[in-house]
Amino acid sequence: MGDVLLTSKLKGERLELAASGAWTAAHARELESLIDNVSSEAAHAKNVSIDMRGVSEFDTFGAWLLERLTRAWSAAGREAKIIGLPQHDRGLLKEMHGVNLESARAPVRENRIIAALVSVGQAGAGVGRDLMQFADMLGSVGVAAVRVLMRPRDFRFTSTINQLDRVAWQAVPIILLITFLIGGIIAQQGIFHFRKFGAELYAVDLVGILILREIGVLIVAIMVAGRSGSSYTAELGSMKMREEIDALRTMGFDPVEVLILPRILVLVIALPVLTFLGCMAALYGGGLVAWFYGGMSPDIYIARLTEAISITHFKVGMWKAPFMGLVIGIVACAEGLQVKGSAESLGLKTTASVVKSIFLVIVLDGLFAIFFASIGM
Amino acid sequence: MKREPVIKVRDLVVGFGDQVVLDHLSLDVWEGEILGVVGGSGAGKSVLLRTIIGLLPKRHGTIEILGVDLQKASEAERRALERRWGILFQQGALFSSLTVRENVQFPMRENLDLSPRLMDEMALAKLQMVGLTPEDLNKYPAELSGGMTKRVALARALALDPEIVFLDEPTSGLDPISAGDFDELIRTLQQTLGLTVFMVTHDLESLYTACDRVAALADGKVVVEGPLEVMLECEHPWVKEYFQGKRGGLLADRRVIA
Repeated sequence: MGDVLLTSKLKGERLELAASGAWTAAHARELESLIDNVSSEAAHAKNVSIDMRGVSEFDTFGAWLLERLTRAWSAAGREAKIIGLPQHDRGLLKEMHGVNLESARAPVRENRIIAALVSVGQAGAGVGRDLMQFADMLGSVGVAAVRVLMRPRDFRFTSTINQLDRVAWQAVPIILLITFLIGGIIAQQGIFHFRKFGAELYAVDLVGILILREIGVLIVAIMVAGRSGSSYTAELGSMKMREEIDALRTMGFDPVEVLILPRILVLVIALPVLTFLGCMAALYGGGLVAWFYGGMSPDIYIARLTEAISITHFKVGMWKAPFMGLVIGIVACAEGLQVKGSAESLGLKTTASVVKSIFLVIVLDGLFAIFFASIGM
Repeated sequence: MKREPVIKVRDLVVGFGDQVVLDHLSLDVWEGEILGVVGGSGAGKSVLLRTIIGLLPKRHGTIEILGVDLQKASEAERRALERRWGILFQQGALFSSLTVRENVQFPMRENLDLSPRLMDEMALAKLQMVGLTPEDLNKYPAELSGGMTKRVALARALALDPEIVFLDEPTSGLDPISAGDFDELIRTLQQTLGLTVFMVTHDLESLYTACDRVAALADGKVVVEGPLEVMLECEHPWVKEYFQGKRGGLLADRRVIA
């Protein structure tokens, strides 16, 4: 910087400062260090005078630095005097007299070990809270469902159809595509490895059982959690942020009944349908791969498939689907209602919704595996 | 002394689709004044403000701010100009994931080179100038009341000591007492900081207490501009209705008595 902002002259016990140039935000850093230097150099000076006549521009940053200087000198019991400040800048300096009188409380630094323990404890409590929220939402949805059953006219039919279109119908192409590919990949891997033992035919058993029992429903549930669960959370979360949910409540509507029940119901309906379509697409994909990669004609594939799978496998997969839909819906809606005022929390909750629902879907699948094994299905 | 306008709008046309909102509008804002822009709902007040600051595209006309035409300005000139104005949006538009302190410090951090100590002090200074306390520093926008949100937004608009401040309905949604305080605050700050203020408002009281000059928008044009006396004498039906209707008349009477 070319211009000199502050020059100092020490006359006995008197420090004379002459300010010049632009005392503005752009030069604040420079000014601050100049002022600090001057103050430390002239530590034994008894009083100071600051000549502001040379200042061409003056803003709140300059005014505050000047105020800070005079305040520090006065606090040390020394005299500080400002001369030659233009009339129109005095108001600004006067404004600065009233600010920063009490410094803001600095946030308390915690011990690192304690902070780590605190975060572990909070995470533990968070898991408990999540479980409570899940149970709470399940309960509210149950109550709302019973209420709607008793007064079927209160059921939000239009909303449900609208959601069904978005969650089920519009999801069909992507679900078909993904499951088709997965079915093909499983068939390819099965044929590739079973060929070593000359047991290529058993690849069809692998494809059929794996897809109908496990993979079909899991893939579809994970897709739906990412696709519809996240959008439920974001929708409800932004409605919460904009006080739409409070508005509903004050008008005497139960948000669970109006917003959440139709959404969860739709998931419970959509997931079995999508699972069925997904399983069919996966078996189709497996068949095509078996034909072109494994050299197995469609007739043989179908014949082998009817031998390998039974209706039980299909039932096991389909039984799981509505429960997975329920879990996804409950988690998504519970997270949506947890959104606080900030955009950041909306993002956090949407992420949490997808992560938790995928986790729970897999846990649920494990529990079902134990259950079906013990009843011999 | 011949003054140059700080904001010079000439022959401005702005529209969306088939609808023309501003139709060959011209307006000057002079240095150091508070200009109030009034108009019915949908008259294009906010559109005018948003076009001036470059958020909406214009179809025709020129806008010069502090002698710079935004359309012709280079990226660097534009950025330099943006540092010289502050904007208070209607809903505050505070960054919801930052605290009050961080919101006010945001423009300083991005545009200036300041020591952390000075930045903290300046943030508190700006917040105290608009009437907030050190306790509010670490709050998040979601925890603030409507009036406080507006004050923080004003502090953020003032963070870089701008020359021009654009206010989009600064008093809407405030109770009359807070609104009155806010008008007074704007007036005081304008005087101490030497600001030029461009204020879009619905609030008659603001026009009476805060504004030096008023421009009334109707049919996509400025139908009348000048001090309040000129407004009160204007024969344009909307302006007449606005200033001499039930509510406007009440204030006008009070003004005469006062």
